[in-house]
Amino acid sequence: MKLRIESDVRPVVTSALALSGAVGVFALAFGVLAVGAGASVWQTCALSFFTFTGASQMSAMSVIASGGSVGGALGGALLLAGRNGVYGLALSPYFGESLGKRLLAAHFVIDETTAMMTAQSNPRLQKIAFWTTAIALFSLWNLGTLIGALLGSSIDPYTYGLDVGFSAAYVAMLFPHLRTANGRIAAASGALVSVVLAPFVPIGLPILASGVAIFVGLRPQKVEPTS
Amino acid sequence: MNMSWALVIWLSVGAYAFKMLGFVVVGSRKLPEALSRCLVLIPAALLAALVFNGTFTDTQAISIDERAVGLLVAIVAAWRKLPLIVVVVLAAAVTAILRAV
Repeated sequence: MKLRIESDVRPVVTSALALSGAVGVFALAFGVLAVGAGASVWQTCALSFFTFTGASQMSAMSVIASGGSVGGALGGALLLAGRNGVYGLALSPYFGESLGKRLLAAHFVIDETTAMMTAQSNPRLQKIAFWTTAIALFSLWNLGTLIGALLGSSIDPYTYGLDVGFSAAYVAMLFPHLRTANGRIAAASGALVSVVLAPFVPIGLPILASGVAIFVGLRPQKVEPTS
Repeated sequence: MNMSWALVIWLSVGAYAFKMLGFVVVGSRKLPEALSRCLVLIPAALLAALVFNGTFTDTQAISIDERAVGLLVAIVAAWRKLPLIVVVVLAAAVTAILRAV
């Protein structure tokens, strides 16, 4: 057992820890908001432990907070969870044949682990990046959730503007996706659909329906100049 | 409130199923490029929908209230690249103050 950390591993571990710290603080916010939306402390913690994909957890709880049904909450949350499937596709070649290990690793395939792993230059560092991020992030995500849920149990969400806290968190998560033209069009269309449909369909459904905006991706990447 | 264990369980099962899916259909096939371009847009479309639906509707009616100001604060804070927790706290605080006065 070597205690000394090799020099090329250090930056990987440092960024994994920094990233996990930031995510832990986000978990704190999730804990407070979820309890405010009506979840028990246990339900909130179970979501972080077993669902373990932040945007989906948030999305489900905000639909519940606004009075939506379980079905309505599930739709948008699962669509958001769908992108982890795409990550799995990208990461799969890096993992060995062992099915048990794959089944375990799958639980940790999320935005952050994918970003950390794909940023490394060789298989050894990729493996270290994935597992360090997975372990640190999972620990802090669950710890943050628990503390947030306990804190949240003692305050009134409406008085403290926590319902807007959800939207604020999404805004921060949305910004990186607005760097491409397609991202901006998809966001604008999704936003429009979600508000325009609201009076006509059950709560939660407008979020799912906004998914049609992703078909913006079908337009050709390079637009030919039309004469 | 409609929160239930069923939601916790279904969401967990579904989320894990998606995570597994990529590992199972693996390597040999690659997603068509147009499909990949669509899939990367899911967060953009859905997060924007969550923001606008959450801010400008009240149950099933369109409404503009204190939340719009909170959102504006969040947008400015996120645009200035402030940490997520600061964005959340600022937006919630402004909304809370407006509701109190």
